Amino acid sequence: MSVPFYVSPEQLMRDKADFARKGIARGRSVVVVQYDDGIAFVAENPSRALHKISELYDRIGFAAVGKYNEFESLRVAGVRLADLRGYSYDRSDVTGRSLANAYAQTLGTIFTETPKPFEVEMVVAEVGASSADDQLYRLMFDGSVSDEHGYVAMGGSAERINQALAEGWQDSMSLAAALRLAVAALSEFGDEEPRSLTASQLEVAVLDRSRPRRAFVRIDTPRLTSLLEA
Amino acid sequence: MSRSPGLPGAFALTGSASFSEFLAALHPDRLPVANTPGPDGGWAPHGTTIVALRTADGVVMAGDRRATMGNIIAQHDIEKVFTADDHSLIGIAGTAGLAVELVRLFQVELEHYEKIEGVPLSLDGKANRLASMLRGQLGLAMQGLAVVPLFAGYDLAGQTGRIFSYDVTGGRYEEHDFYAVGSGSSFARGSLKKLYRRQATAADSVRIALEALYDAADDDSATGGPDVARGIYPVVGTVTVEGSRILGDAEIGPLVGAMLESRHESASGDAREGA
Repeated sequence: MSVPFYVSPEQLMRDKADFARKGIARGRSVVVVQYDDGIAFVAENPSRALHKISELYDRIGFAAVGKYNEFESLRVAGVRLADLRGYSYDRSDVTGRSLANAYAQTLGTIFTETPKPFEVEMVVAEVGASSADDQLYRLMFDGSVSDEHGYVAMGGSAERINQALAEGWQDSMSLAAALRLAVAALSEFGDEEPRSLTASQLEVAVLDRSRPRRAFVRIDTPRLTSLLEA
Repeated sequence: MSRSPGLPGAFALTGSASFSEFLAALHPDRLPVANTPGPDGGWAPHGTTIVALRTADGVVMAGDRRATMGNIIAQHDIEKVFTADDHSLIGIAGTAGLAVELVRLFQVELEHYEKIEGVPLSLDGKANRLASMLRGQLGLAMQGLAVVPLFAGYDLAGQTGRIFSYDVTGGRYEEHDFYAVGSGSSFARGSLKKLYRRQATAADSVRIALEALYDAADDDSATGGPDVARGIYPVVGTVTVEGSRILGDAEIGPLVGAMLESRHESASGDAREGA
């Protein structure tokens, strides 16, 4: 019987993190932007059926990049947790913070305890009564959470996209302006030449503050086209 | 993943998009099927009359506001008609506490499916789901704690409004033009039989529903009539291709006023006389 090599915990974690980062960087990106009446999610996603963006609860949305089967199982778990809590207590007791915490715990456990970490990065966003009350939580593959303000970009070339967003983002932008900014930022993918993304290549949804109960609405291609051209 | 501190393993299981099955597996104690003992339901508040009728462009459903407990009026302003989701309504008669909880579970059930699968259930799928949830309560029904819902919605595939009635064993029956459940239902159905017109507009159908509830309250002590002094009017909901909504008191109040006015002139309240 061979004696297993000793691998230091630092090395082990670094290898896992590199592996996860590489997996995430391969995928197309997702941008989440605050605008005056809510929060917009914009994903480069040619599929009409396999969503990267979805509703978790009345005022809470979800966006993810990375391996589809992994973030889909997390999305379903989040919907179950939210519905269970809302049914057991009250709809107002379901918060983005508690969902982000549950995700962080789950991702952290998977990262440390399983040989293969999840190759996902996610945003849990909750729309509040005013834009000051909006919450954006960014969750990394290792379970670390950060509380963001204004905009978040995830996936391949997230840094470049974040930079583009940092230059263009302003407080209380209109929806059309926020979408144009997000699409322009997404067009700079990797080292490729900037492309022009059309509405049919994008998956877009918003958490609309003004809607009474369920704030999450998908924006279909015709409406997106008119918003981008406005 | 089953080890703390992450989410328990049940959250990550693949397969069912049913919230009630998930709840039954993880927290059976939180289901509305509580272990409530009792020889009969006379001590628990009961809801009474619900009517539903098909209109030219969908369905109208209305319910009175009374809950009774034997000979006592337990509540004057209970709400027994709810939007189940974007294209359906549910009304409940029977043991109020269990019925309201069943509605809450049914609402979560429909929304849960829609969120997990990305598309809403078909109208038949919703109606069947309600039937199996009712069947789970058969034991309670045998103890006198029956819940009898009335379900109506807009069938987006068939482009028409449809009404489903149920019995306590979970039997599901599709009704043609109109239906009523609850203690005053036979009087309401008699009234609807005379007043109902196919292809009536939603506004006319709301009036017909109000008339039917008034007739039920006239002869059934457990059904409450409109309470003008307190401003308590029947709860009325409509479903069309545009969606489902509950009409506000501001809309119902004047309609009730007009109905009472015409009843001064003719006790039958035949809407056709004014038309």
